[in-house]
Amino acid sequence: MGVGIEVTELDAWYGTHQTLFKINLNVPANQATALIGPSGCGKSTFVRCLNRMHETAAAGRVAGTVRIGNLDIYRDAAPVEIRRRVGMVFQRPNPFPTMSIYDNVASGLKLNGFRNRRMLDEIVEKSLRHAALWDEVKDDLRKKSGASLSGGQQQRLCIARALAVDPEVLLMDEPASALDPVSTAKIEDLIFELKSQYTIVIVTHNMQQAARVAERTGFFLSGKLVEIDATHKIFTNPGDKRTEDYITGRFG
Amino acid sequence: MRVRFHQSLGDLKEKLLVMAGLAEQSIERAVEAFRTRDLSLCAQIDASEAEINRYEREIDQMALDLLAMEQPMAIDLRFILSVIKINSDVERVGDSAVNIIERVRELQAFAPVDMPVDIPRMASLATDMVRRAIQAFIEGDAEAAQKVLALDDAVDKLNRSAYFSLLNVMREQPHQTLQALNTLVIARSLERVADHATNIAEDVVFWIRGADVRHYVAPAVVDGTGAERV
Repeated sequence: MGVGIEVTELDAWYGTHQTLFKINLNVPANQATALIGPSGCGKSTFVRCLNRMHETAAAGRVAGTVRIGNLDIYRDAAPVEIRRRVGMVFQRPNPFPTMSIYDNVASGLKLNGFRNRRMLDEIVEKSLRHAALWDEVKDDLRKKSGASLSGGQQQRLCIARALAVDPEVLLMDEPASALDPVSTAKIEDLIFELKSQYTIVIVTHNMQQAARVAERTGFFLSGKLVEIDATHKIFTNPGDKRTEDYITGRFG
Repeated sequence: MRVRFHQSLGDLKEKLLVMAGLAEQSIERAVEAFRTRDLSLCAQIDASEAEINRYEREIDQMALDLLAMEQPMAIDLRFILSVIKINSDVERVGDSAVNIIERVRELQAFAPVDMPVDIPRMASLATDMVRRAIQAFIEGDAEAAQKVLALDDAVDKLNRSAYFSLLNVMREQPHQTLQALNTLVIARSLERVADHATNIAEDVVFWIRGADVRHYVAPAVVDGTGAERV
């Protein structure tokens, strides 16, 4: 099951350049929360703070508190443990190109020393089923490489890979922006299905996508969270003029 | 900046305003035809009706295209939804003018008689409401639109009073029943015009504030005795 996320007074920097300013936001468990905003507004940096990936960037630094469930992720746990609990899917599908489909999904588990073959088989199948890819690849699991799949299939493979380590939260950074409309629809349907088991935070430039998949939507601007509210409210009658200017294209 | 899209919204608004102008003029002409028995005005109303219907189709098509192609959000989405609804109300104002001149044509068969109902006053109140609602739409002024809503009661009251007065005529002077009936239909048409103005004003409030003020029911208030009243 997914868990809630509680972010308090979160700041982030690249060296001396501050990119996030005092972000306070709660993400309810088992819902999809979309983050929108213009390029460079800090939304991607924000999600990378939710699994401690921001620290891996050159001179990346964070202050404030992020609680995932009962865990204060910057104080109570190591980054490796956090990334097991918080899976991430990126804009461009990035399967391991030389690995088979099976090995791609099993890679996270194997990396953690998981060797039980029968259980691995079960987890790979379950993860591929959850990612709505099983029926398309079940006959070629070990024969085909991850890179041989179509873009949309590769992205679902990456989602299966993230699900295999049994995370509680799934972060998605523009997961469908490189995909055609049919593959995009599959990813969106998948997000809808996955919500029952995971908490999802999705960064997207596609506002219609946010409207379709997320219960709540937050608008970032210049490193600040301008507002976060029920998605239908944000897209029909936002509370802040800046949000309205952005979503109606009156920006800049 | 979505310059082209926002220009299209401006074009949509402009088209609706032209159409509203025609509808408003038709009502005025219809009441003038009733007052003066000048049937030449009826022909003008028929011509305007065809034009209003053409505008209605064009505006709906433009709105549909913008919804499909531009995926408007927030205030723009509310604007287009309001335009679609206002479009329909304005077209019905035009229909009301046609209904009135149909009655005027029937009344030509009878000698003019005074009926105990102030049709010009009703018309003046109803067209004033349409004008104010459209003005609120032009200016995007929710407060002005809200004021239009309060005006509907006066027209409703005149319509109710017309009903009873004309019923009386039918009872007491049965030879004037057809004149009374036609006048009643005219009063009813003007009451409908005021209702359409109310709808337009409600749509302006929705567009600007995102608030649905239709069929408003005041929230229950607990008075000093602890009893609830609505």
